[in-house]
Parts: sequence; structure tokens; C-alpha cells
Amino acid sequence: MGKKRLSRENVAAWTFLLPNLTGFLLISLIPIVASMVLSLTDWKIMGKPTFIGLKNYMELFTRDDRFPQVIWNTVVFIIGTVPVGIALAILVANLLNQRIKGRALFRVLLFIPVVCSTVSAALLWKWLYAKDIGLIAQMLRSVFGIKAPDFLLDTKWAMFSVIVFSIWKALGYNVVIFLAGLQGISPTYYEAAIVDGANTFQKFLKITIPLLTPTIFFVLVTSIISSFQVFDQTFVLTKGGPAGVTSTIVYYLYENGFVWYRMGYASAMAWILFLIIMAVTIVQWKFQGEWVNYD
Amino acid sequence: MIKSKKYREMAWKLLVYALLIFIAFLMVMPFLWMVSTSLKNRAEVFQYPLIWIPEKLRWENYLQVLEAVPFFKFLFNSAFVATTVTLLQLIVCSMGAYAFARINFKNRDKLFLGYLGTMMIPSQVTMIPMFLVFSKLRLIDNYLALIIPGIFSSYGTFLLRQFFMSIPRDLEDSVLIDGGGYWRCFLQIIVPLSKPAFATLGTFTFLANWNNFMWPLLVTNKVTMKTLPVGIMFFVGQYAVEWHLLMAAATMSLLPMLLVYLFTQKYFVTGIAMTGLKA
Repeated sequence: MGKKRLSRENVAAWTFLLPNLTGFLLISLIPIVASMVLSLTDWKIMGKPTFIGLKNYMELFTRDDRFPQVIWNTVVFIIGTVPVGIALAILVANLLNQRIKGRALFRVLLFIPVVCSTVSAALLWKWLYAKDIGLIAQMLRSVFGIKAPDFLLDTKWAMFSVIVFSIWKALGYNVVIFLAGLQGISPTYYEAAIVDGANTFQKFLKITIPLLTPTIFFVLVTSIISSFQVFDQTFVLTKGGPAGVTSTIVYYLYENGFVWYRMGYASAMAWILFLIIMAVTIVQWKFQGEWVNYD
Repeated sequence: MIKSKKYREMAWKLLVYALLIFIAFLMVMPFLWMVSTSLKNRAEVFQYPLIWIPEKLRWENYLQVLEAVPFFKFLFNSAFVATTVTLLQLIVCSMGAYAFARINFKNRDKLFLGYLGTMMIPSQVTMIPMFLVFSKLRLIDNYLALIIPGIFSSYGTFLLRQFFMSIPRDLEDSVLIDGGGYWRCFLQIIVPLSKPAFATLGTFTFLANWNNFMWPLLVTNKVTMKTLPVGIMFFVGQYAVEWHLLMAAATMSLLPMLLVYLFTQKYFVTGIAMTGLKA
């Protein structure tokens, strides 16, 4: 009898949940399932989808030479941005965490690139990178007497240039997170270290870094996840070029889905992206015990 | 001995300042160069050695951008979409989060686990079916296509639920004893006490939607429906290497958010620190 009658709790729960659950189903769960099904079809938006089983996935790994290439490019992008970005952010956060004047002002300035849209900021950097007349090329010429390469059109430099931009764009964000992490470290640790005669460098290596590892872990995991999905800056700066060296997984997915309208194929690619992200995140999770200090 | 220690401290301070000023310079200089270029004429753009302040400030460049594209329409679209999405997402997520945090219903924890599971899935997975649905429903170039996908967020529900869990239950007990229901608890106690969480989620949702590029790129074709980032790329397509005009457009596109940021920067910074530590 109790089963048939909806309890007061259940009625309340459903009124609160209804909009949320509808959103979850329509915007999240159903599209996820649909995408799974779609990835098993051949569909050129016009006409009807045909079921082809795992053929899209097989094509991705056996016949499509560009797919391993874009995975590799994305990995290069991540290796280029994440470790350097984290190291720089830790350094700057430590500089800012001292008793200095104008701390608030520095923080405001550092954070400006973060609130800018990646599109407009990348457009600005495209101009900085411009061949011969760009600010960077002009400065290299007048200050160091070096002839700058064509940053965005030279296959040797294009990915490097995208990486430098991305580090610049995200620096302030990571600095703010590390500052919060630094402020969570109790001053008593440092006082004890000073009594023991530790110098600044020792304090940094033996106290700051170990106690900051939970924050480092968090920033590492989240920035790797978001770097796997890099798209805006490659779209604006290089359009995946030159010769495809800056074409990343999501850029290639965009081309397949929305330039060539291969919906099934692009869906399969999105699922591979998910599997890669999940695998990398799980591996990081498993290994956190080795180096992350929780206490 | 004491003196040398003092000197060492001063040298250290100087080094810290020098490094910070250098980094702040790297952060800000691109923007100064952007504004400088936006006020030049075509000849000055290509001039060597470079000049920072042009002889005559050409504000006309900005007018030229305004004549070429409906900039204020882009601005309106961005503001309208970002505001609507933020308000609706806060309502939808906070209500759901309250049910997950406070009401005992069947399969609650299983359902919540399902939410957490979808958080790992990148937006590109759902993007393709969503695009197909919106185009079949002929909602391309319609505000609904720009707004609907942003209304719900598993992450937002999760974030608010965590915050609600940290609020002591005794506060609600008194309302429940007085005969009040869940709605009164939610509106009179939970919502007012959760202002910091709302500010954090709200700021993030607003910023993410304001700057969102890929989805609006897919669902807008008409110029008048484009948001700022997509509109700027449309302008780039027409004025490929007119750098003085492109930089005027970039300046105009960045200015509104920079102003909002300068007046509300406390929320941005504390918000990030909060999400960073909670997760």
C-alpha cells in the first residue's frame, strides 16, 4: 500500500528535480546515447543513416592516416602547455604570496587574459606573430638582431606558437588556484623550518612543493582534460595548418562533422576522445598516491 | 652581520618585484599593442621601426568596424544569451541540487552517480546529436539553439549540492517544525545562505557562455544572430589582413567583459579559488 501512495517526500523531490532531470535527460543522457548509436552509422546529414557497426572506429585506426597524426599533435600540445604552465604558475604564485606592495594590482593584471575570449585573444596574438611586421618579429630584430621565423606558417614553429599563446592565456587562472593552495599552508611549518635554519630555496622544496601537491594534482588533471579539447586557438591562429601540424583531435572532429558533414564518423571520434581522456585521468588517479601528499 | 642580512632581504625583494613587473608586462603588453594598432592608419601598421603612438589617433577605424558588421547586435546576442543561460542554469541546478542534498527519495544516490558519470564526457560527444536535433527542428539561427544546451549542467548541480550539504540542517528544522515545507526551507534558508556558491557558479557560467565559440559557430548562419566571438571571426573573414581594423574589432569585443571584470574582479578570483579547492 505504501508503494502506491506517493509520499510527501517523493512529491517534493519530484517538483524540485523535474526541471533538472528533464535537462539531464534531454541535454546530457539522451544525446550521449544518441551519439553512441550515431557512431555506428554512416550519415552525411542529407538522406538516411545506414548502420555500419564498428566500421567508423576501424577506419579511424586503420585507414585514416590523419587520425593518429591529430592525436599525436594533441599530445604534443599537452606536453608543451601543461608542465610549463604549471611550473610558471607555481613560480608566480609564490612571488605573489610574499609581503609585497601592489599584490592586488598584479593579480588583476595577471587575470586579464583569462577573462578574454580565446577567439579575440588569439586574433590579437595572430597579429603579434605576424611575419616581419608583427611585434614579436620586430622586437627580435631590433633588440637581438635575429630574423624571426614565420611563426604560424612554418611547420617547425606553428605548434610552438600555439603552445606559447595557450600558456599565456591560462597562466592567471592557474596562479589564482595555486595562491589559494599556498594560503592553505599553515605558517607553523615555515616557522619550524626557520628555527632549523632552512633557507628560502629549501623551504620551497621541502615544505611548499610537498604541501602544494594536492593543488598541483587538481590543476594537472583539469588542465589535461581541457587541453585534450583544444579548439578555439587552433581555429583562429592556424586553422590546423600548416600541413596539418596544429590540427588537434577536436579540430579534426569539427572538420569531419561540420565541414564534410560526416556525422557518424565525427561521433566515433568524439567517443575515442572520451576514452582517451578517461584513460589518462584514471592513470593519474591511480598514481596520485605515489606523489600527492594528503594530510 | 645584521646589515648584510638586511641587504640580502632588500636584494631579494628587488628580484621579486623585477620578476613580477616583467610578467605583468608580458600579460598586458599585447593589449597595449592591440589598442595602439587599432588607432593607426594602414601605412603606420606596416611601418618599421615600429611606433607605439600614431601621429594622429584614427578613431574612424572603430566607426569602420561598426559600419562593416552589426557589432551592437553581436554584443546584444552575447549579453542576452549569457544572462539568460546563467539565470536559468542557477534556478535549474539549485532546485535539483536541493533535492539531492536534502530530500530522501528512491534511487537518489544512484541517480546522482549517473550525473557524476556524465561529467567526464566531453561536450563534443553531445554536440553532434544536439546539432542534428536543432537543425531538424529548424532552430538554427534561433535563440533557443543558443540557450537551451546551457540551461542544465551536471557540474553546476554537483557544485551546488556540495555547498548545500555543508549548511547545518538545524536551521531548516525550525522551519519544518513551524509547519513550513521544503519550498520555504529552500527559499528562506538555503538560497540566502548560498550566495557565495551562486556568485561562483554564476560568474563561471556567464563567462563561459560569453566566450563560447564552437557551439554558436555551429548554430548561427545569419550575421544578425552571431555572438561576439563568432561575429568577430566573421569580420576576420572579410578583412583578412587589415590589421588596424581587426585590432579595432578585437578591442571592441574585449572591452565589455574587461569592464565587467574590473568592477567585479573579487568574484572571479574568489570563485576560482573556491572551485579549485572544493574539487
